Amino acid sequence: MKDYKYIGKDVTRIDALEKISGAAIYGDDIDFGANLLHAELVQSTMAHAIIKSIDISEALKVKGVYKIFTGKDFPYKFGLYMKDRYIFAQDKVRFVGEQIAAVIAFSPGAAKRAAELVKVEYEALPAVLDQMEALKDDTALLHPELADYPHVPWFFPKPGTNIAHWRKTRKGDLDKGFSEADFILEDTYQVPRYAHCAIETHVAVGKFDHSGRLTVWSSSQSPHTQRHLFAEALGLSHKDVRVIAPHVGGGFGGKAGVTMEIIPAALATKLKGYAVKLRYSREQEFINTYQRLGVVAKIKMGVKKDGTITALDHKIYWDAGAYVEYGANVVNAVGLSAIGPYRIHNVSIDSVCVYTNLPPGGAYRGFGYSEMLFGLESHITRIANELGLDQIEFRRKNAIKAGDLTAYGAKMNPNGLIECIDKVQQAIEWGKKPSSNDPTKVIGQGFSLFWKAPAMPPNASSSAFLKFNEDATINLIISGMDIGQGYQTVMAQIAAEILSVPPGKIRVETPDTDRNPYEWQTVASHITWSSGNAVKKAALDAREQILSLINRVYHYPIDELYLEDEAVKCQTDPAFLLPLKNFVVDGIMTRDGTFKGGPINARGMFMPEFSSTNGDPETSQGGHPNVHYTVGAAALNLEIDRETGKMRVLKAALAIDAGKALNPDLVRGQITGGLLQGLATVLYEDMRYNDKGKLLNPNFTDYKIPTSMDVPDEIIPIIVEVPQPDGPFGARGIGEHTMLPAAPMIANAVEDALGIRIKEMPITAEKVALAVLNKDKQ
Amino acid sequence: MKELILKVNNELRSVYVESNEILLDVLREKLGIKSPKCGCERGDCGACTVLLDGKAVRSCLVLAVEAEGHSITTVEGISAEKLSALQESFIQFNSFQCGYCAPGIILAVTELLEKHPKPSLEEIKESIAGNLCRCTGYTPIFDAIMDLTKGDK
Repeated sequence: MKDYKYIGKDVTRIDALEKISGAAIYGDDIDFGANLLHAELVQSTMAHAIIKSIDISEALKVKGVYKIFTGKDFPYKFGLYMKDRYIFAQDKVRFVGEQIAAVIAFSPGAAKRAAELVKVEYEALPAVLDQMEALKDDTALLHPELADYPHVPWFFPKPGTNIAHWRKTRKGDLDKGFSEADFILEDTYQVPRYAHCAIETHVAVGKFDHSGRLTVWSSSQSPHTQRHLFAEALGLSHKDVRVIAPHVGGGFGGKAGVTMEIIPAALATKLKGYAVKLRYSREQEFINTYQRLGVVAKIKMGVKKDGTITALDHKIYWDAGAYVEYGANVVNAVGLSAIGPYRIHNVSIDSVCVYTNLPPGGAYRGFGYSEMLFGLESHITRIANELGLDQIEFRRKNAIKAGDLTAYGAKMNPNGLIECIDKVQQAIEWGKKPSSNDPTKVIGQGFSLFWKAPAMPPNASSSAFLKFNEDATINLIISGMDIGQGYQTVMAQIAAEILSVPPGKIRVETPDTDRNPYEWQTVASHITWSSGNAVKKAALDAREQILSLINRVYHYPIDELYLEDEAVKCQTDPAFLLPLKNFVVDGIMTRDGTFKGGPINARGMFMPEFSSTNGDPETSQGGHPNVHYTVGAAALNLEIDRETGKMRVLKAALAIDAGKALNPDLVRGQITGGLLQGLATVLYEDMRYNDKGKLLNPNFTDYKIPTSMDVPDEIIPIIVEVPQPDGPFGARGIGEHTMLPAAPMIANAVEDALGIRIKEMPITAEKVALAVLNKDKQ
Repeated sequence: MKELILKVNNELRSVYVESNEILLDVLREKLGIKSPKCGCERGDCGACTVLLDGKAVRSCLVLAVEAEGHSITTVEGISAEKLSALQESFIQFNSFQCGYCAPGIILAVTELLEKHPKPSLEEIKESIAGNLCRCTGYTPIFDAIMDLTKGDK
């Protein structure tokens, strides 16, 4: 393997100093001076209702209130993949918390007091709070005008129903597959909704100046996508919309696309000259951004005695909430990939996106794969146990290999799935589980595979500008967001490797859409791969410019020149050494005193030109909707107190095929972080709604996220590297995947320890203790 | 409005506040000290942690008027001369990702190390049990502190 200087090294983060010294600027840290207005929302108290009237008269009397806007001021629709939302509710509300009006005031306190005084009169409609209810014939329709909503061509809404999108994937002959099976297991699994809980809540500030230009400062994963949606929804030219995205205090998908940011952007257009800020409270963050979708999954799998999977019928019904403009793509992604990382010839997948009167579902780290894998990987373990097969052998036997066909008929990319299985099996010492000295405690082992592909339009692209400074330091100008994953550092490493300039001499600033080149969004775990390719091309462009100049001035053949230690050197003339800082801006002086060259400014771009969404709507066969999959395996030892149900992860091992870990320490950081986030979804996080559709626990007291006390006793991160042929230095994304195996691993370990199979998440201590009691009674 | 003289990062600052204003808002909006972050406004997340006479407190739960006569320290103060050994260790271990919780955690651990220069892992965990981090899984934070405080240093 090639020996790299910066690639594959544990480089410390280039943004660490800023973040450790308190210098890093986040959205709420920017000062706007005396012309700053504050917006507070008036939010629906009903899950489904007609708005009869809105009375703002009392609210307008509050001292400091400037203006109040309602839906009639902004009759615009928006949406990323499907335009099914308005900026403010128009004639109807569809979830508790939906924005109806905004109070604008000179202080946050005045805005808040006045918002409570706006009186909304409703006429209640039947609330549909469950996706299975929503599918029944006599259930109220959330969107009677569904047929009129513009959407991407690969969505298939069913007007006259609550189905916003139905992804069907069909391969082989399902009946034949089941007839060949010696054993068939059929069951239903349920996953509730979850919240991202980035510690920074959403904040956005819009300013529409007197020249008609809109600037939005936004805590966002998606500055260019936001610019595009703002321009489209508000009827502005892209050149007149500018999105500035400072540091982001956590994303996890929750700051992807556009949610609340459209509100200050739209409000600003009616408040010329002012800046208007909307900062979400923690409660609003829970209720009115995206939530992870809820799932009911019906799985039927057929298997031969020897462990060959012959057929899979996977029906997944998604509680996608009141508006599905982004969430429908979660449904789509899983509808293409619900075979899991397995080679299965006879497949039927129905992934059904259902409107409900709950908050909008959308992107959440894992993009639906966590929900899908909870059922599938529970099912796999159960089948192995039923057949008396070793569950790891069963997985290994059916594991998808490079060149195998996916459910939609494209070839699987090179991958290290088997190596991941082997390494996890070894690290966790599978089969040799420790025993507890405490008679009330039992220990179980759980295993799970995982896979995920980036879900993105076929033409999602990245681009990069790179400019040298006088001292041969570099500004790398790109538009992905460092939402914590270490994007800026890794992109600097890529440029550093090619240009022989240390990463610490490369500055990567957070983006501004006026100055930074286009990037689709920082989502889908595609940014290392996609933006990395663009950065690599930009660095190669700079290198080409440098070597061409040296060739022009010194006449060395280009193929004999190379870059090393921030200088140009020549293979055939060891005496030649020209430091980059001598010429990358000012050029090279020739004998007659004239100069050749000039500032080195480079560019790079990447778009996956092989991707398409042309699959048949009835079968999904024919297109190439996913660029590649990242795969892995994980296992854990779980200690359970039989009396209290309390669980403790003694040891967990997770192996992921990163293709090439550009920065192994940052990959390990994704493993420790993602694993804990995943464990929390299965062990204690739980959104509780009442029968009126109101979220009962929108705060960190009642919705528990992990603290330092909840960390597994031992985590073994394992990196496998089977290169991605079209990845930068072979890399592919790993950010979301590390949380995918957590839930099924726990369910499998609970069964191993107690002989109890729990099929509904979360698997809380309470649920386990009650299940033990019930079992003991029988 | 009442005039307060607050001692912040060893400087005396004059500021006019309402009696119901919280220290977090006064630091951020009236004194321009932005490292304490708002994450929940109810003391759950710890992002607004500051040191009050060396003790970590939630600045969203402290009224600005209560802070008069006490010494307030934020990460800006700790970083003023040069980074602390703790901050250097956090950099070496890539301990933070998005960085939003970092100021609060740095201050909470600073207090711990004042009291216990060689803390156990349990003491480390307890010292930041009120500071939520959603990114890292805490492990790289523990590692940096353990490495910094291990025997031979």
